[in-house]
Amino acid sequence: MSRSDWEIVIGLEVHAQLNTASKIFSAASTAFGAPPNVQASAVDIALPGVLPVLNRGAVERAIRLGLALDAHIAPKSVFARKNYFYPDLPKGYQISQFELPVVQGGTITIQVGEGDKGHEKTIRLTRAHLEEDAGKSLHEDFHGMSGIDLNRAGTPLLEIVSEPDMRSSAEAVAYARALHALVCWIDICDGNMQEGSFRCDANVSVRKKGETALGTRREIKNLNSFRFLQQAIDYEAGWQIDTLEDGGKIEQATVLFDPDTGETRMMRSKEDAHDYRYFPDPDLLPLLIEPEWIERVRATMPELPAAMKARFIRDFGLSAYDASTLTASREMADHFQQTVAIVGAAQAKLCANWIMGELAARLNKAGIELAAAPVSPVQLAGLLMRIADNTLSNAIARKVFDALWNGEGRSADEIIDAQGLRQLTDRGAIETLIDEVLAANPKSVEEFRAGKEKAFNALVGQVMKASRGKASPAQVNEILRHKLSNLPPNR
Amino acid sequence: MSLSNEQVNRLARLARLAVSDEALDITRIQLDGILALIARMEAVDTTGVTPMSHPQELAARLRADEVVETDRRAAFQAIAPQAEAGLYLVPKVIE
Repeated sequence: MSRSDWEIVIGLEVHAQLNTASKIFSAASTAFGAPPNVQASAVDIALPGVLPVLNRGAVERAIRLGLALDAHIAPKSVFARKNYFYPDLPKGYQISQFELPVVQGGTITIQVGEGDKGHEKTIRLTRAHLEEDAGKSLHEDFHGMSGIDLNRAGTPLLEIVSEPDMRSSAEAVAYARALHALVCWIDICDGNMQEGSFRCDANVSVRKKGETALGTRREIKNLNSFRFLQQAIDYEAGWQIDTLEDGGKIEQATVLFDPDTGETRMMRSKEDAHDYRYFPDPDLLPLLIEPEWIERVRATMPELPAAMKARFIRDFGLSAYDASTLTASREMADHFQQTVAIVGAAQAKLCANWIMGELAARLNKAGIELAAAPVSPVQLAGLLMRIADNTLSNAIARKVFDALWNGEGRSADEIIDAQGLRQLTDRGAIETLIDEVLAANPKSVEEFRAGKEKAFNALVGQVMKASRGKASPAQVNEILRHKLSNLPPNR
Repeated sequence: MSLSNEQVNRLARLARLAVSDEALDITRIQLDGILALIARMEAVDTTGVTPMSHPQELAARLRADEVVETDRRAAFQAIAPQAEAGLYLVPKVIE
């Protein structure tokens, strides 16, 4: 038996922190990075006698997600208490949803792999429910005690649960990326993974190919980067396959991924798994969502990435891969649309190439986000229009782009004029240059006449140099060849 | 239905209650009494009745998403058993 005889089955649970100003059940701030416990109200620290009051903004964000996933938005959903003891959960229970979650079902389409080798796959969602985040435990040494910061306690979360529809770590990462892009796109989560705004748990099991029953799963907790998600799933699936092939058995368990060793290790087995004893929270009445409210939210929804992608393919003739890449984030899509709006739909492919190529490469190299790019869509459009009308060759355009990036001018036109970069297209001027080069390089001319093609390239190089790179190489080639073939024999 | 002492011990552990050996029997008998009451209620035919999560048909009132709370850490920590550097201190727990 080998690993290729096995099928990996993955389902993800994602915790997305909602970008409300205040907490889900209290009016304390959710801002990240405040000194410990200054944003922990009486409700958040669970003083006796306090009561939770649900934040309308959190519910509205759940509705937005439901609409974006084309899911059922429950007209009535119920909050439940999930009971467990941990010091960063001061009430002794987390307010969550159990039997009646606010968002039910839904789908998301993911792009797995790049270019022609890629394929699309639709992943089904089970549910998404509203709940509160816990505080943080700090285990540095406080005289043998742990420190508790409850600023995060009560931050609204949507726990988004997928069906076990993914069959590889690559699919799991593609799903997580698509969901991450979506929650950012519809502006319900800031998506900051370093700050824990978007955290993944992966349920992983394996089974022999062809089997229909699911294997016993282990849950990998708290993966806060796409790279760790991939590494953890690959390690865990390999471990499960090896264990089964060696005649062992998988026991249901919760495991943690250690980024330093790249391994997963057991956190708790099913033996002492939590018995959460869910029951409806008597402090919170059922959440009712009227159809009118859903329609009001629908009216504020932006065009979704899937619809925009289809439009880019239809209206701009872009490939599915280009359209996917350009709709990977709202910033990217906006940048592209603003650029195309100026340059014109006929040059959409040129705009796509520059944004996905030169601009993306520069951002990557500088390690900055598109929002911080020093070249605006208007500036980029100004540059691309000079390529479209043959004022600039691609090579010179890259120089102008550099200059724009470095702030050497406000617009492409300003830089072109200031640095005299306009492409030389005047045939007469190019002919003059060529005549001068031929006169100055009789040796190369002789070599060319003797059949050395290399000499031709040397002459092209000389002409390009004489034009300071502004002549179009294609045009120089054509005129030079014409002139050489019409030279009088042996002057 | 009646509980075993093991079940009572497990419930006590989950609820973080210390039930001494002496109190075990009486706790079990009291819980059995509660379960007997529940068993009587369960005997009622509820076919076709949707379970309610709350006794009244009322909906949650919602709050506008506004930050109204101010920092009251000093007052809260004045009544905490132990606090340091703005943190509440608790017996060490590492999972």
